[in-house]
Amino acid sequence: MWAYAVRRAAIGVVLLVAVALVTFVLFFATAANPARLACGKNCSQQQIKVTEKALGYDQPLYVQFGTFMKGLVVGREFPADKEVRERNPELVTDCGPPCLGYSVNVGTTVNSLIVQAAPTTISLAVVALVMWLIGGVLFGILAAVYKGSFIDRGVVGLTLIAYAFPTFFIAVFFLKYVVIKWEILPYPGYVTIADGGVFTWFENLLLPSFTLALVFMAGYVRMTRAFVLESLGEDYIRTAKSKGLRTRPVLFKHALRAALTPLVTMAGLDFATLLGGAIITESVFAYPGLGLLTVQSSSSFDLPTIVGVVLVAAFFVIVLNILVDISYAFIDPRVRLG
Amino acid sequence: MTSPANEVDEIATDEATHHSTGPSTAVVSKSPTRIAMERFRKDKLSMTAFSIVVFFFVAAVLAPILVKTGVLDPFGTNQDLLNEFSLPSGKWGGMSSSHPLGLEPGVGRDALSRVWYGITFSLAMSISATIIAIVLGVVLGIVSGASGGWADTIIGRLIDLTLSFPQTLMLLALSSVLVTFISDKLHVPSGNPSQAVYVVAILGLFGWTGIARLVRGQVLSLREAEFVQAANLMGASRARIYFKEILPNLWAPILVSFTLIMPTFVSAEAALGYLGVSIGPPTPTLGTVLNDSLSYADTDPLYFFVPAVTIMVIVVSFNLLGDGLRDALDPKGNR
Repeated sequence: MWAYAVRRAAIGVVLLVAVALVTFVLFFATAANPARLACGKNCSQQQIKVTEKALGYDQPLYVQFGTFMKGLVVGREFPADKEVRERNPELVTDCGPPCLGYSVNVGTTVNSLIVQAAPTTISLAVVALVMWLIGGVLFGILAAVYKGSFIDRGVVGLTLIAYAFPTFFIAVFFLKYVVIKWEILPYPGYVTIADGGVFTWFENLLLPSFTLALVFMAGYVRMTRAFVLESLGEDYIRTAKSKGLRTRPVLFKHALRAALTPLVTMAGLDFATLLGGAIITESVFAYPGLGLLTVQSSSSFDLPTIVGVVLVAAFFVIVLNILVDISYAFIDPRVRLG
Repeated sequence: MTSPANEVDEIATDEATHHSTGPSTAVVSKSPTRIAMERFRKDKLSMTAFSIVVFFFVAAVLAPILVKTGVLDPFGTNQDLLNEFSLPSGKWGGMSSSHPLGLEPGVGRDALSRVWYGITFSLAMSISATIIAIVLGVVLGIVSGASGGWADTIIGRLIDLTLSFPQTLMLLALSSVLVTFISDKLHVPSGNPSQAVYVVAILGLFGWTGIARLVRGQVLSLREAEFVQAANLMGASRARIYFKEILPNLWAPILVSFTLIMPTFVSAEAALGYLGVSIGPPTPTLGTVLNDSLSYADTDPLYFFVPAVTIMVIVVSFNLLGDGLRDALDPKGNR
């Protein structure tokens, strides 16, 4: 299994380099003038030239990419141009590995921006994941047990409707009605566990996470329902029942087992996507996570930050994909990784 | 489409006619398509979803004609019908016989016309994006499944690479550079046309992977079929085998994919409208109309709910239609 993990990790690294390359080309080759974007709207030709040199945008694209990749592995210093660094030592910013770049707009390294934003996004994603997994599995089992009944149709229909409403509509609805009009919950704003304790942290995460959970839940309900229904017809369920096992262990231990592999696959990928930033939810609730960072950096044309966030998001997707594949060996004893 | 089931039916019919004494006892053969159609028609939920989808398509086609002839007016402002807070005067968001869904607060445009005309743009964009995704996915899926070898490996890696990109994030982030690129380098008129081309292209370019995997799986079994071997023996070219022999057998999964991908693109367009990436004002799309309505969520609830519910109904009915088609077209289905 270790050989498999190492091989997958190696492929993952190659994939990440490819993502970096494509992202780099997409953003820096198609941008009409990256230096102009970094310098701002009121820059003179002269200033743009200076910015271009200081940031290394005057170099050919492959050299820029080389420097970027080198920074990712061993770290680098900013401004990119050596001369500029020597002339103005007070301007030099050190960016340790894995250096993702330097945001001229904010005046700090992309790494520090991402490190600032990541805890918010991770909290949001974890709470949402727990919510939709519990909800999805419970409702899925409920729908399967009462197949064809009013409960089944209600559960499947309602989750589909919740999925079909645009996320930002649900988020705004919660804000304007649940928070402001009916005053059921306080206005959510991100509070760290260190600042407000676990309860305040969770209370503030409740609405944004629930919004996300609503979007994702439908898929899990349908998946759980389908697999539980299928396994309920199997011989081993009949055996378990005839042994005298109660309904609950039969459902949760035996029937649900069949749904575990597809559920883990789906949850892993959805969770990975969320870790890259819940763009819509974060911007409606003004949560300072990776999603909001993307929105801000793309409206201010902050290319280094955008590239950094894309890479971090891709990293999560690739790593979780590998973890999901390895987890099959633990979930399903029939799977042998080789 | 010639399928083994067809031949069996024909043989059965032949035997039946040979042995029967009169023409009245002849067995009527049913093609798989007809069986699927019959199954689909029996499913009430799918039929309802199908009618709603047809209704929206007709509405989308009619809207530009109605706007041209002046029946719908999505741009005219009716300031005289707004009160001192710029909200529609009267109950239910200014609902009246000339404005059945009320008025847009602030500007005073007719809400029904905005939403209706928005359906046209939203559906047009999501259908175009779906077509791009389907064409890419089907071509790459067939090539990867039928040829095997290095082409299969490369396409497989390409799918992994595409899936590694965070989609919404890329959609939003790329707009900062690509929209200008499209208008400057590709000579698309700047403004809304470039914006529309961007949204369609990016949705399509990131949306093909699922179909490619699905088609590849189907092709893996199809390429071992006798009719493909026969075509090979007769010296048919690769292109002929791929697109004349294999492709016609894939219409069922393609149709199902179409109905399931399109609603995700309708939602994606709405999200992009919220993020300010989709077509801008005054042209309406469901996303931008909904985005406009957000600031009036509590003061003018009708205007807030109408576009959202429209999107919801479109997404739900397309999903139900897709599910119904899949069940009906599944040869193992026995409903």
